[in-house]
Amino acid sequence: MSMQTELHTGIETRLDGSALISAKNLKKTYRMGDVDVHALRGVSLDIRSGEFVAIMGASGSGKSTFMNILGCLDAPSSGEYFLDGISVAHMTKKEQARIRSRKIGFVFQGFNLLSRTSALENVELPLLYQGLASNRRRELALEALHAVGLDKRFDHKPNELSGGQQQRVAIARALATHPSMILADEPTGNLDSKTSIEIMAIFQKLNSKGITIILVTHENDIAQYGLRNVVFRDGRIIKDFMVETRLNPEEEMKRVLATSIVDNA
Amino acid sequence: MNYMNILKVAYNALKRNKMRSALTMLGIVIGVGSIIAMTGVGAGAQQEIDNQTAAFGTNMITIRPGGVTAGGIRIRSLTELSASDGDAILRDCDLVTAQTPVIRVVTSVTTSERNWGSQIYGVNTSFTTVRNWGLKYGSMFTDQDYRSGNKMCVLGSTVASNLFGPYDPTGEIVRIQNIPFRIAGVLESKGQLASGQDQDDMIIIPYTTFQKRIIGNQDIDYIYVSVRTSQDMAAAIQEIRQIIRTAHRIPDYGDDDFQIKTQDQVNEIAKSISKTVSLLMIIVASISLVVGGIGIMNIMLVSVTERTREIGIRMAIGATEQDILLQFLVEAIVLSLMGGLIGLTLGIITGQMVETFTSWSVSISASSIFISMGFAAAIGIFFGFYPARKAASLNPIEALRYE
Ligand SMILES: Nc1ncnc2c1ncn2[C@@H]1O[C@H](COP(=O)(O)OP(=O)(O)O)[C@@H](O)[C@H]1O
Ligand SMILES: [Mg+2]
Repeated sequence: MSMQTELHTGIETRLDGSALISAKNLKKTYRMGDVDVHALRGVSLDIRSGEFVAIMGASGSGKSTFMNILGCLDAPSSGEYFLDGISVAHMTKKEQARIRSRKIGFVFQGFNLLSRTSALENVELPLLYQGLASNRRRELALEALHAVGLDKRFDHKPNELSGGQQQRVAIARALATHPSMILADEPTGNLDSKTSIEIMAIFQKLNSKGITIILVTHENDIAQYGLRNVVFRDGRIIKDFMVETRLNPEEEMKRVLATSIVDNA
Repeated sequence: MNYMNILKVAYNALKRNKMRSALTMLGIVIGVGSIIAMTGVGAGAQQEIDNQTAAFGTNMITIRPGGVTAGGIRIRSLTELSASDGDAILRDCDLVTAQTPVIRVVTSVTTSERNWGSQIYGVNTSFTTVRNWGLKYGSMFTDQDYRSGNKMCVLGSTVASNLFGPYDPTGEIVRIQNIPFRIAGVLESKGQLASGQDQDDMIIIPYTTFQKRIIGNQDIDYIYVSVRTSQDMAAAIQEIRQIIRTAHRIPDYGDDDFQIKTQDQVNEIAKSISKTVSLLMIIVASISLVVGGIGIMNIMLVSVTERTREIGIRMAIGATEQDILLQFLVEAIVLSLMGGLIGLTLGIITGQMVETFTSWSVSISASSIFISMGFAAAIGIFFGFYPARKAASLNPIEALRYE
């Protein structure tokens, strides 16, 4: 109990008070032939700058739909979404692209790197769309690759990298523009447990530097690396709580290594 | 994203599918290549015709028997043209400086060793003046020869070289329809007409000899007239017309039973024919360009579909619709311009080969280069726009989910 309070106040001190994200009664309905699929049935959520939120829920509960709206990739059927106090619905497509370019970094389950393009070039890509000069792009991209511990493999193509390494390139790409938030949709979904811990360690490190992290997962233990958990069911939020005992990647790694030794024995 | 980067992205995408890019360009390559070669050959032909106008004889008028009614129906002449019409023209029209009647027949010419089929022209001594034609060997037959109907001849250079090789045949004998003629001289070479006809493949003899020995009547085929200056042409034509009408006793209401043509008119016809032919060729080449454009559109559509996921990724990390549109549009334009450049090179090489291996002259103008390259770029924009538009209007989420 005391742990939770402590963590909570810990966040409070880092937050600047106003909400970075404010979703108000978001609904999303897909029309499939004659039936309406209600992906979101009225979701309201405020997330403040500096939070680390894990969004949980069973498959099909609307997590990705919600994330896509947060990332300005999709528009809700109804309801309003404010990013930094500005209503996204009233933005032009170009302004939304600008938001994606400046404020948001995406990390996907399937990595979504450009194949046949080096790690460095992949990380430079969002900087290209910001119109930065090539030496500045290179500088920022190398810095981001360094932050995820991949600076030595900058010239490798995705097919020359392991899944965990590819995901780290994807995180570096999301990071390179210094966004205020990173949206990650099941970033560990394609990775083994050891690699997943490495990735979560990176997210915790980025969050400790002040970057807001919103992460979708359906794995309970992955969610325990965050500070706050939001649980979806059937297009609604059914639970929203602070994490009591946050997992520490170093300790988890030791534990996993120990069990794998036991398994091998 | 700046233009240098857009170009680089487009270039890399094309490099990735080298074979496909090359095949896609082919239509543009062929289109631009043939436009360059065709306009080159066409312009060369026009120039050649102009040169021949000067070479054929300056300020020359041709009079032929047989008129055309106002309705365009050809009429047979009641009176054939005769040598006396030519004499009357020279006598009564001050603007005319020289004239010669012309009678023509195709026949074979033999020496003791060889024979050669050629055209025999019966003319008077003014022929070389009227046709602006000099002699290579010997001299023209004399007024005396033509008044007496002597069996003298002057050979065109093709005939001379076919019958006597490179030697001067002056004074030798050739047989025309088995009648022996003494060679007075050989004409300078004038080369081919645009029609491909060899002007040097002919023999001239006094027309009096021609009428007496070869056809046995007084008819002539046409009259060549030389006018003082080109400014006098129109006036000369009017006067000549009156002179012949009087000579042929045509009443005021009657149609002319002859035609008067200037060499310019003849050349205009030749020019317009060569223009029409090259225009047709250019239309065919343009169709190839359009087909090439459709090929580009087709491949760009395939490329957009193949790269749907890539487009989704680019949009998710901050590309605007305009960025995506430009990316694919520039790719199509680079494709068509590269095809254009290759076509241009091949067109110039083809033109050069045509010039080397045929007697045609080829002249490739800067404007034809600019126009065909502009055309190629326009094709890239026109046929690249739809696929690019399609790429830019993709929904990023659906694009990302595309397998
Ligand atoms: N483009 C779409 N068209 C139709 N139905 C969709 C579409 N995207 C998602 N859905 C439906 O919406 C619901 C929520 O999907 P999603 O947000 O992807 O769930 P989650 O990410 O939690 O698994 C599901 O029932 C899914 O089938
Ligand atoms: Mg999902």
